[in-house]
Amino acid sequence: MSGVVSGAVSAPLLSVEGVAVELPTPRGRLRAVDKVDLALAPGRTLGIVGESGCGKTMLSRAILQLLPKRARLEGRVMFGGRDLATLDPESLRRLRGPELAVVFQDPMTSLNPVLTIGTQIIETLQAHLGMDATTAFKRGTELLAAVGIPAPGQRMRQYPHQLSGGMRQRVAIAIALSCEPKLLVADEPTTALDVTVQAQILDLLAREQQRRHMAMILITHDLGVVAGRTDEVAVMYAGRIVERAPTPALFARMRMPYTEALLAAIPKLDSAPHTALPAIPGRPPDPTRPLPGCSFAPRCRYADELCGRAKPALEDPDDAGAPYACWHPISGARTSWSASSP
Amino acid sequence: MSGPGGPRSDEPLLSVQHLTVEYAVGGKTLSAVSDVSLAVGRGETLGLVGESGCGKSTLGRAVLQLNRPTAGKVTFDGTELTKLEGEAMRLMRRRLQLIFQDPIASLNPRRSIGDIVAEPLIISGVKDKAERERRVRDVLSAVGLDPDQVRGRLPHEFSGGQCQRICIARALVLEPELVICDEPVSALDVSIRAQILNLLEDMKRRYGLTLLFIAHDLAVVKAVSDRVAVMYLGRLCEVSPTEQLFAKPAHPYTALLLEAIPLPDPTVKPATNLAVGEPPSPLSPPPGCRFHTRCPKAMDVCRQVDPPMRPLDGGRAVACHLYD
Repeated sequence: MSGVVSGAVSAPLLSVEGVAVELPTPRGRLRAVDKVDLALAPGRTLGIVGESGCGKTMLSRAILQLLPKRARLEGRVMFGGRDLATLDPESLRRLRGPELAVVFQDPMTSLNPVLTIGTQIIETLQAHLGMDATTAFKRGTELLAAVGIPAPGQRMRQYPHQLSGGMRQRVAIAIALSCEPKLLVADEPTTALDVTVQAQILDLLAREQQRRHMAMILITHDLGVVAGRTDEVAVMYAGRIVERAPTPALFARMRMPYTEALLAAIPKLDSAPHTALPAIPGRPPDPTRPLPGCSFAPRCRYADELCGRAKPALEDPDDAGAPYACWHPISGARTSWSASSP
Repeated sequence: MSGPGGPRSDEPLLSVQHLTVEYAVGGKTLSAVSDVSLAVGRGETLGLVGESGCGKSTLGRAVLQLNRPTAGKVTFDGTELTKLEGEAMRLMRRRLQLIFQDPIASLNPRRSIGDIVAEPLIISGVKDKAERERRVRDVLSAVGLDPDQVRGRLPHEFSGGQCQRICIARALVLEPELVICDEPVSALDVSIRAQILNLLEDMKRRYGLTLLFIAHDLAVVKAVSDRVAVMYLGRLCEVSPTEQLFAKPAHPYTALLLEAIPLPDPTVKPATNLAVGEPPSPLSPPPGCRFHTRCPKAMDVCRQVDPPMRPLDGGRAVACHLYD
C-alpha cells in the first residue's frame, strides 16, 4: 500500500487500507468510497476536503465503524494494531470514548434533547471511566469550562435547546473529549455555525488537540478551514482520494486540477467586487454510474482523450510524499491568496 | 416622497427609514430590527451581512412587507410600501422579488419546473398561454437551463445548484426591478456557489436589476456588492463602499468579521483570541452600543450611550464612539 505516514517518525495510529464502501440504492449500487489508503500518526491532524457527495463522510463513518447497516465495507481500518472491522460490538463500544470520538456537523444529532447537558456528560464519564456521580459532575463542569462555556455549573442543568448552536457544538466537543480519545473525527464541525463562532470552535479543537496530543481528522468542504489548521490534506472527488500532501506543500504546489479549481472557486477577499469567479463547470458524476476514465475529466479544463478513457492511479512519481491521481498534473507555484489584513 | 411629481431618477430605488420590526415572544418584546435606515440606488447591489439572528433576513422580509414593520417606512420607487394594502401591495410585488437560501425547500415538489416558473405570470394576470410559454423559455435559457429538457421535470430530479437556478428563473420571470437574495449560496458547495454568484451578476446586467444581497459570508458579499451594510443585533454598524470596507473596516465588528474568515493559505496563521463569545440574546440587548460586550475597544461611554450612525469620508457611515 502506498499509505504515506503523516509525521514520519511515529508509527501510524490509524491506517486505512484499501477501504471501499458500497451502498445499495434503487438505481443500483453506489460506490461511495473507492479504494482509499490513509495513515495518521498520533497527535497529527489530517484534513479531508471535498464537495457534497464526494464520499468524505462515508469514509469517516467507515473509520468509526458507524456505517449504515446495508453498507458493504472492503479493506481494513487498522487502529492501534487492531482491524476495527473485525471487532465485535462490545469491543467497539469500549473503544468509543477512550480511543475514538466523533463530533458531527449538527450537534443535535449527538445530543439527546430530553436529557440535561450534565446528565449526558456524567453518563459518558460513568460508563467509560467508572467515575462516581459526584466526581463525574465535577469533571463535567471542568470540561464545559475548558471548552469555553460560561457559567458551566448552570449549563450542566440545562437542556440542549436552551443553548445556541455554537454552545451546543462546544458541549458536543466536551463530551467527545471527556474520555481523552486518541483520535477525534470532526465531520464538518463548523459548517452550520457563523464565521466568528467557527473561528472560535476551530481554535478550541486545535488547542485541545495539542494539549492532549490527540490525532484528529478534520472533514470539511472549505479549503480555508484546512489551510491553517492541519498537517496534511487529502482531497476527495467521486469517492477517491485524488491528491494528498503535507498542507504547506499542497498549497504551494498543487498538482491535481480539481484541487486548483476548488481553490480558485472560493471568492477572494483581495479581488475587486464584480470579478467573475472561475467556477467549475458542471457537477460531480452520478456515483451509481462510474466513469471509465478520470471522474473529474468532464469538468476539467486540461482533460484530453486519455483522461476520458483510463483512470489515473494515485501515485507519487517524484517521491515527494505528495501523491496525486492525474494524467496531466499542473506544475508551478501558486499565487498567494492572502487578503490585505484589515 | 410619493408626490404628484413622481419619482426622480437620482432618488434611490429603495429607501428604508427608521425601520423597526418587533415580535412578541413569551410576553417579552424581541426587537429584530431597530431603527435601521438604508438606501439602495438603481442598478446597485447592496450587501447586507451579519451573524445569525442579527435581523438581516427580517429586514429583507420587512422591505417586501412580508413582516409588517412596527415603525418606520419603506419607500420603493417613490411609493411608500408601508402604506400599501391588499391589491395595491399585490400589484407592487411583481416589481420586488425574493430568492431564498434553501432552493429545494422553496420549490413545490409536485409541480413541474415549467409550472413553477409560469406561476408568477398566472398570478399577475398574463392570460395568453403562448406568451407565458415564451417568457418561461426565455428565462430558463437565461439562467443556463435547457427549457425543453427541464420544463416537464420535477424539482427532486435536480441538484441544489440547479434548483437555485430554477428559483432565480422564477424570481426573474416577471422582470422585477429589485431582487432580495437571502443567503442564496449558503447551502451550496464551493464550486456550485461560484456558478450561482456569476449567474446573479449576469442576470443583474441582463435585466437591469437592483439587488439587496443578504449573506453571512463577507467574501461572498464582496464578490457581488457595490456597497456593504453590516448589522449586529438588529442595528446597523457600518455602511461603506465595498472596497473601502474591506481595505479599512471602520467598525470593530466589521474588523472582527473580516479576521474570522479562514483564508485558504497555510502561510497566514489563523487569527486567535477573536472577540470572545457570541451575540447576546436579542430579547435583552445590552445597554449602550450593542456590540460593547464583545468589543476589544469598548470604552465607558459604549456601555451607556448607543452610538448614532454618523457619516465619514468617502460615502461611509459608522455607528461607533471611536469616531466621536
